[in-house]
Amino acid sequence: MKVLVPVKRVVDYNVKVRVKADETDVDLANVKMSMNPFDEIAVEEAVRLKEKGIVSEVVAVSCGPAACQDTLRSAMAMGADRGILVESDGELQPLAVAKLLKAVCEKEGPSLLICGKQAIDDDSNQTGQMLAALMDWPQATFASKVELAADKVTVTREIDGGLETLAMALPAVVTTDLRLNEPRYATLPNIMKAKKKPLDTIAADTLGVDIAPRLKTIKVSEPPKRAGGVKVADVADLLNKLRNEAKVI
Amino acid sequence: MRTDRESMEYDVVVVGAGPAGLTAAIRLKQRAAEAGREINVCLIEKGSEVGAHILSGAVIEPRVLNELLPQWREMGAPLLTEAKEDRLLLLTETGERKLPTPPQMHNEGNYIVSLGKVCRWLGEQAEALGVEIYPGFAAAEVLYDEDGSVKGVATGDMGIGKDGSQTGNYQPGMELHAKQTIFAEGCRGSLSKELFKKFNLRDGVDPQTYGIGIKELWEVPPEKHQPGLIIHTVGWPLPTDTYGGSFLYHLEDNMVAVGFVVGLDYKNPWLSPYEEFQRYKTHPAIRKHLEGGRRISYGARALSEGGFQSLPKLTFPGGLLVGDTAGFLNVPKIKGTHMAMQSAMVAADAVFDLLSVDSSSEKPQNEATAYPERLKKTWLWKELHSVRNIRPAFKWGLWGGMAYGAIDTFLFRGRAPWTMRHHNDHDQLLDKNKAPRIHYPKPDGVLTFDRLSSVFLSSTNHEENQRCHLQLKSPEVAMTVNFARYGSPETRYCPAGVYEIVGEEAGAPKLQINAQNCLHCKTCDIKDPTQNINWVVPEGGGGPNYSTM
Repeated sequence: MKVLVPVKRVVDYNVKVRVKADETDVDLANVKMSMNPFDEIAVEEAVRLKEKGIVSEVVAVSCGPAACQDTLRSAMAMGADRGILVESDGELQPLAVAKLLKAVCEKEGPSLLICGKQAIDDDSNQTGQMLAALMDWPQATFASKVELAADKVTVTREIDGGLETLAMALPAVVTTDLRLNEPRYATLPNIMKAKKKPLDTIAADTLGVDIAPRLKTIKVSEPPKRAGGVKVADVADLLNKLRNEAKVI
Repeated sequence: MRTDRESMEYDVVVVGAGPAGLTAAIRLKQRAAEAGREINVCLIEKGSEVGAHILSGAVIEPRVLNELLPQWREMGAPLLTEAKEDRLLLLTETGERKLPTPPQMHNEGNYIVSLGKVCRWLGEQAEALGVEIYPGFAAAEVLYDEDGSVKGVATGDMGIGKDGSQTGNYQPGMELHAKQTIFAEGCRGSLSKELFKKFNLRDGVDPQTYGIGIKELWEVPPEKHQPGLIIHTVGWPLPTDTYGGSFLYHLEDNMVAVGFVVGLDYKNPWLSPYEEFQRYKTHPAIRKHLEGGRRISYGARALSEGGFQSLPKLTFPGGLLVGDTAGFLNVPKIKGTHMAMQSAMVAADAVFDLLSVDSSSEKPQNEATAYPERLKKTWLWKELHSVRNIRPAFKWGLWGGMAYGAIDTFLFRGRAPWTMRHHNDHDQLLDKNKAPRIHYPKPDGVLTFDRLSSVFLSSTNHEENQRCHLQLKSPEVAMTVNFARYGSPETRYCPAGVYEIVGEEAGAPKLQINAQNCLHCKTCDIKDPTQNINWVVPEGGGGPNYSTM
């Protein structure tokens, strides 16, 4: 059984992002980039399924510029068997990525696709859902537990009221939540081995998909600075301030 | 002997992806290509990526880069801002006076750069030449052969919890074996420290003396930006008996690098290099450059100031030291990058020649002794020798040091028939009661900031569940000596607020170590009065994530 894992190259979670002076975007020049942490969870889950003997091949796929090869190598160092880069230098919005992934799915024919529930850069939380719709596959989002059998997958997902368990026929899309697993460290020997694993590059424009952006970014700005707190003398003072200054009661 | 670790064999392993380590790796590959030989070179770096732990002013001399990669301009090296104007100012509390710029501080032909960017670029060049670079892996242990020679390094284990037990994510480190190991750890390397002892490399030389440099990067309004302008200051806010000064460089893209260096032989335990830096920015001559701008990044790093008389023996069986971990820095020039790169060039040549010798000969040589021999014949040695007395002359304070510096430079031209000695920085502190307390102003949040909001901008992070990498040889000494006698100076010299005394109000003071904030500057390892603090590498990938420092 083949599992496809899309991985996104995003600004590293340790980096304090900064808005460009002209407010068109965040500044990504010379900023550390790494794999979207939710996607690491997806890779980890796929590799664990392989280690359990249920899955035979884990294929990582990334859409974006040539630098995404690093992200694919990270996935392979964690245990993915090979990588596919769908190369495109332009802006890729979730719908475009879903369409590109659809083209890859049609080529690769995976039984299961596991991806992060969202990327930490734009926090869209759309690609997995859009892909499931385009493929007309069942989907289970925000997975906290995945049990795979030969013909179905059972997914426990976190919802507001508690946990929901879904059983789906394959092929299917699963998106990962934080609690699903704790991704392993890529060890140095595995990073070395990953350099030799196959990595194919497909130019995005050869897939016959319209990837033009549908959304326009008008402005990016920093959140307003928080004003410092004040100490109030007593309850009366607090009520007064809430009523007349904050105007919340 | 551990048997749970995998190992790999290389011709050369380089520890540290700074200007020295990258230069050595590039040079080795170039020599191999010229000779039509295969040589495999592996470089490991504790930062999460190349450049993540690099912090420097920096104005650099491109002379070694010209030699290493003569086509660097066409290749897109990020040396973008030529030095245009040098100013040296003497600051008083409210005034400023322009001083004549000493010859060492002239910067014609030099470039103002982000050394982090330069290292990233050098890293790309090295990888293109076939160097295997593995960032995120810290060299935690030196490996020795049965005959006592260095046979490589091991990376640290990952996934060992606070209590020392293995977590679910435990992964043993990996052994990297090499015919020669090049240690390019930067100032006060933690493995170099061990090598100094093991091979008695510091016998007969002066102790190393250090400084701490604290730096901020500001984005300023375009109308205030003067690319190429270089300002150095001495004087206020430091007392005249404390060695130090500031730099302020206008780079490209409306960026201004501003920083402050304090000699770690300072005596007053109440002194805080961080607070001195913050206060310095409020001076009218400085604040006018920054006002209206915003602070983008923050960081700190120790630097070696001992120069010529503090250089250790550079080679030992199986390996050698290059760059600032050996102490190649020209203090009056306030530059080390050109020397780090030069030492690495010469070292790489010596290593390559050594590895080219027919190994079937009876007694294979495994110490690159040609490296120091040849280095002594290059400009580096002469340059370092000629300025050797300037830094130690500052034991006579700012005025004495500057006066002696002028005499040494202009009258003796660096050929004075004496060499002044250095002392250990850690035994210079006075008792807390014998030194005047210093009261620093509160930060305004616009121009001056507290430590924690600064550390935030360094993007520093360490995996939380790991052993503390700041080890106390004796936890009691932190209270009985550091606290009782010196007023816990580590709470002031640490630029990241790692050391904190808590519980003082409750009458039960104790030292708390917030190791997660550590910027890897190594100041505590240097300045702790009884050398009770030992800095060891944390899990690879931890520490600051500087982007353009």
